[in-house]
Order: sequence, then C-alpha cells, then structure tokens
Amino acid sequence: MSAPRRDRRRDGPPEYVWVPSPLVHAASDQPTVRMRHPAASSTSNGVVPDGVRSLEPPEAPPPSTTDLSSRIQQRTPPPEAEEQPDNGAWINSFRSLSAAMAKGFARDKVGVFFTFLFPLMFLVVFGLLFRDDSATKTRIAVVGDGPVVAALQRAGAVDLERMGSATEAVAKVQRGDVPAALVVNGNAVQLRFAASNQTEATTVQGLVGGVVDKVNLASSGRPPAVKLDSRQVEDSSLKAIQFITPGTLSLAVSSSAILGATLTLVSWRRKQVLRRLRLAPVSVATVLTSRLLLSIGIAVVQAALFIGVASAPVFGLRLSGQWYLALPMLVVGTLAFFSIGMLIGSFAKTEESAGALANLLVLTMGFLSGTFFPIEKAPEWLQTVSKLLPLRYLVDGLLGVMVRGQGVEALTVPVVALLLFAIVVALIASQLFVWDDA
Amino acid sequence: MEQFAESRYVRPGGPNEQGRGRSVSLPANICPTDGAMGYRAHMSRLGDAGTAIIVHELRKRYGNHQAVDGVSFTVAEGEFFGILGPNGAGKTTTLEIIEGLREPDSGSVWLLGHRPWPRKKHLLRRIGVQLQASSFFERLTVKEQLETVASLYGVGRGTAADMLELVGLTEKADTRENKLSGGQRQRLSIACALAHDPDIVFLDEPTAALDPQARRNLWDVLRAIRERGKTIVYTTHHLDEAEELCDRVAIMDHGQILAMAPPADLVRGLAAPTRVLVPAGAVPLERVRSVPGVDEVAEEAGTLTVSTRTPAPVLATLAQQGALDGLQVRSATLEDVFLHLTGRRYRA
Repeated sequence: MSAPRRDRRRDGPPEYVWVPSPLVHAASDQPTVRMRHPAASSTSNGVVPDGVRSLEPPEAPPPSTTDLSSRIQQRTPPPEAEEQPDNGAWINSFRSLSAAMAKGFARDKVGVFFTFLFPLMFLVVFGLLFRDDSATKTRIAVVGDGPVVAALQRAGAVDLERMGSATEAVAKVQRGDVPAALVVNGNAVQLRFAASNQTEATTVQGLVGGVVDKVNLASSGRPPAVKLDSRQVEDSSLKAIQFITPGTLSLAVSSSAILGATLTLVSWRRKQVLRRLRLAPVSVATVLTSRLLLSIGIAVVQAALFIGVASAPVFGLRLSGQWYLALPMLVVGTLAFFSIGMLIGSFAKTEESAGALANLLVLTMGFLSGTFFPIEKAPEWLQTVSKLLPLRYLVDGLLGVMVRGQGVEALTVPVVALLLFAIVVALIASQLFVWDDA
Repeated sequence: MEQFAESRYVRPGGPNEQGRGRSVSLPANICPTDGAMGYRAHMSRLGDAGTAIIVHELRKRYGNHQAVDGVSFTVAEGEFFGILGPNGAGKTTTLEIIEGLREPDSGSVWLLGHRPWPRKKHLLRRIGVQLQASSFFERLTVKEQLETVASLYGVGRGTAADMLELVGLTEKADTRENKLSGGQRQRLSIACALAHDPDIVFLDEPTAALDPQARRNLWDVLRAIRERGKTIVYTTHHLDEAEELCDRVAIMDHGQILAMAPPADLVRGLAAPTRVLVPAGAVPLERVRSVPGVDEVAEEAGTLTVSTRTPAPVLATLAQQGALDGLQVRSATLEDVFLHLTGRRYRA
C-alpha cells in the first residue's frame, strides 16, 4: 500500500506490475502512484478543493519539470545563450527566405506579366500617343525653298508641310487646316494667314518676320547690334517620353511594391505560412526584409525595362547625366510603398479585397501625382494634394535625376519625405499586424 | 501548503539540483479519470522517460463559447499521446495553446520545462508543428520547401533529405507543392514539422480528409516518427485510428477531458459486452438465448447478434451447432467508450 513513488536513481529500474483497472471516474480508491506538484494542487482523490481552484498556479515550473529542466540543460546551452541573436543563422534564414520568395515569384507567369509587362503597356501607350510633339507645334504650309525656309526648319518652332503650288497652299489656309501658308519665290517671300486663328497667326507672323530679318541681316554681312540668347530650361529635347518614363515607372514600382507586400502577407496568413514562420526561430524583421529585398530587385528590373524600351528610337528617351541616382530613389520609394502594402496586408482578410484596395490606392495616387502628365501643368489644388502623396516624391526624384539633369540635391526632399512616410506607415502597420485570422 | 510537503520542486540553481540530474519522477496524475495503473504500465514500457508536457487547468473562451474548459494532462517524453473528440471539442485550441500560438485565459503549460507563451525562440527549435496542408511557400518543389523550412531553424540540407525519405516523398522531391495529392501534401506538411529534428511533434488531424489508403500510409509514417523517439501529441476525430496508434488518449468533448488512459484500458474499463454475429437462421434463437452468460440476443437485417461478457460458452455452442460460417466477433471500441461517456453516438 505504500506509495511507490520512485526515485529511479535510488531505487534502480522500476518493476511495475500492471493490473488492468476498470475505467473509473474520479474514483476514491485511486491507485497510489500520485505525484503532487504545486500546479496540480489536487487532493489524493483527484478532487480539487474549492479554495485551491482559484489559485493561480505558481510561476515556477512544477517539480517534475525541475528535474527535466536540469536534464535539458545538460543537452542544450542555457536559454539565455540561445536568445542571443545569432548573426550567422540570421543571414542563413534571410538568404534562404529571399531565395524561396524569388523562386516563387519568378515561377508565377501571370504575376510576372502583371509586374513587368502590364505597367510597360502604360509607357508604350502614352509614349506613342504623345510621340508627335507637333501636337503643341504650329504647322504651316510651305511652297518653294530658300534660305528662309531652311532657317525656319532649323529653328524647329514650326512644322513645315511642303505643298506643290501656292493656290493649293492658300486653299489649305482657307479651309482652316493650317493657320498660315508661306510661299517662297526667289527673294519674294509671301505669307498668307487666316485671321480667324488669331493666336497662331500672330505667332507665325512673328516667327517668319524674325527669320526674314535674320536672313536679311546675314546677307548684309554686318554684325548684329543686339544678340539674343534664348534657351529652354529643360533638357532641350523634353519631349513627352521624358516625363512619361519616370512617371509610369514610378507607378509600376509603387504598384508592385504595394501589391507584393500586401498579397504576401494576406495569402501567407490565410495559408498559415505566417504561422510556420511564427513557430520557427526567425524574427519578423528577417521575414519582412527578405520580401523587401525581392521588391527592390523587382523595382530595379522594372527600371531597366522601362529605360530600355523608352530609349528605343520610336520613343527616343534621352537620360541626363546622373541618371544612376535613380537607383537610391527606387530603393527608398520601394520602402515607402512596401510599408503601405504591409499596412493593407495587416488588416485585409482575403487576397481579393487586399488586391482591390491596393489597386484603388495605386491608381488614385497615379492620377493625382503626375505620372501621366507633368504635375506643373496641373491646377494649383492638385499640386497641393499631390504633395501629400508619396508617389509625387518618387516621380519628382526620378524626373530630377533621370531627365532634368539634376544631381543629388534633387533627391534630398523626396528621400526625406519618403523615408518619413515609410517609418510612420510601418509603425502603424506593426501595431495592426496579426499572425492569425482567428 | 501541506499537500506540497512532498513536492520535490527545487528552484533552478538550488543546492540540490546537481544531485538530481538524472532523477525522474512520474508526472503528477492530474486528471481524475487518468487510470494511473495504465499510466505506470505505459511508463515502464517507455523506461526512463521525463515529462515533456504539463498542462494544467487550461481555459480559453471565445465570446460566449468556452472552447477549452479546464483541461489538464501530462505527456511523457517519447509518448504518443492522442487527443480525440468530435469537431469543435476544443482539441485544436488546446494544441495551439500548448504550442504557444495562443494565450490561455487561465491555466498554465510547461513545455520541456518552459512556458511556451510568450514566444521563445529556443523552445521553438525543440518543437515541430504540423500545419495545414496548404502552408507552403508558393511554387516551390517538395525539396525546396523542406530546405527552406530547415534553414529557418539553421539546419542543413541532409535532414531535409532524411525527412523526405521518412515520409516517403523522395521520388516527389522535384515536384511542385501544388502538384501533390492530398495525402502527399499531408506527408510534406509532416516532413516540414520534422525538418529541424524536434523533440516534440504536434500533429493536428493529420489524417483528416484522406482516403483510407492514404490514411493507412500515414499511419506507417506516424509509427516511424515515434520509433525515432519523438514525443507525439496528435489530435484526430478518427477513434479507430487513435486506438491503433496511441500509447494514451484523452477523449475530449465540449472543451473538457472526459477520460484519459491507454486506449485498451479505456475499452476494457468499459466492461462492454462482446458481440458475436452469425447469419440469421444458422442457429435457433432459443438455443442461443439459453446459453449461460448471454446478455442479449437480437435478430436484425439477416444477422443474429449475441451480446455476452463471456464469449467462450457462446462460441462453443455455436461450434456445436456448426454455425461458425460467417461468424464475426466484435469487441468494444473507443466508439463505445465515447458513447458511454457522453450518452450519444460519436459524430466524427
């Protein structure tokens, strides 16, 4: 009857005689092998006394665990040592997670299409639409040739449409197809214009008059009394493609960074991949930075693609001096949009709602931030609104260094604004973040 | 305090600690229905084993639903412990609290001598949790999946290959996760749980939604894991399976443990009659009814069912009558135990 509580070290190997016992519920004649530990706090018949039930179990492990923990410590280093950040392991996890995500991304053909080719379509469509800068230039009919026509052509301010005869050219003016017709016959230069198109006619008159004066002056051989040096402030070739490229690239980068972070978080939560990571000894930072690295990689490939396509002769992009400064700009921009993605991914429940929300945000920002048109041409209120949106700063930064020929100084404001934005949004996201749905 | 008098709890680092390095105490017999004799027998089979898990008076409530309502048990190192019950019994919540994924409202858990909540990285290295068969990294092959998971724990590639072999997926190593069958996905998710060679393995309904063939294949995997000396805690709603695999089971319903013992003990403890089934008409009803020890005879759907606690005389009589063709003998199962405990049929 004496309790066979055993200390095996002392008693040697146990010799248990096993007698099958009937299934008993809270039997009072329980066998006497019964350890007590503070956590159990039960009396010998298995009934917990009322007074004890409400007591919190002690924080310290129960006795059987104490023996165990000494065993554990024989096998593994003490926990304190293990909690030390292990840089080698961190790098290892980071590297393999990044590789896993990159492979998963590259093998998703639809995803790759929407990340790279779909935004490129914006570039191609807008690039082709605005390819003819003549949309903003006046077009005049020209008959004949001579130094005046050659000078006009060099000036490039008007587009010239060659015509066969003066009658034909004048008829064109009368129909309102062109504001003016220039008929050159030896030294006689005739300009016929339609007064109905006052503005353009005045421009053409001034322009042709100036060219004729210049030709006259040149033929007289005397040096000009007043010398005019007029130049455009932008790169001399600021055609539409010059602002469409940084604009649509910004849109592409923001879209893929936001969607990448959002969909990863939401689908990983739904599929319990987040739970797998939570159950592994990796930090949240490792997981997020490895996904961020993929997003930055994607942004760089997008930039290369956009620049490559826009530089094709059809579009004729010309990069300015320090265009490589676009790289830090892309990294900071990705960081800001990735944090927005984390925010959406923190509360969205399904991939569908997350994707819809992300797209809505990207397109709204796209229209309000001057990705399709120079923001300087937008109304005052829109320019003000755009200053509240992170996309505006990415567009500004990229425009500055890629086509406006600006240097590091052009990056200061965009980089600071985007970094601040990223920090604030990431902090909010980390507060809202949950590992599991339930 | 009196009841703690024999407690051998010693503060870590205390004077007695070194001397107790190898001493092992039997886990406390917390649950009133835990058949202690069965447990001892079980322990003796396992030999010198420590306690892997201690769960004490766990409670967790979601809104109005008391998911876990005072659950206590211990699991020895190397034990295959099953938690069974119908859907919604609180099995998964209990498991998630032990794994450190949820914080209990009250009660406590010790996992290898540590509290799993809040998250402790050193403890995570020692437990392996099987997750949903969907919790894989997108579009990676079986091998890449396992290697990625292993690298999260700083484990080399060798273990991954080893685990692939254990779960029988070596041939599928280069197949993408989304091309696997249901059973293969389950096995991969188990392999992922084992990738870092943990001491305790948690499996939540590993055989759910599998066809019978795949289920039996998985049983072999589970047995193989157990042979490697892992402690296994596993939930299922297949009672037959638990009977087949577990050293000890806890039957749960409505957030509480109704009974806990080795499956054979539970069944035996029920002292339920053995049922002998013969085709109707093979033997006269009255003849059987007169055999001593027969509790009940019923004829239904062409089958004569004889319930008895002493099957020997019944079988002898049937043999005499030459009525052994098509004979079946059914003893009680865990399903009968469940019926007995809850007063209702088991709904899987």
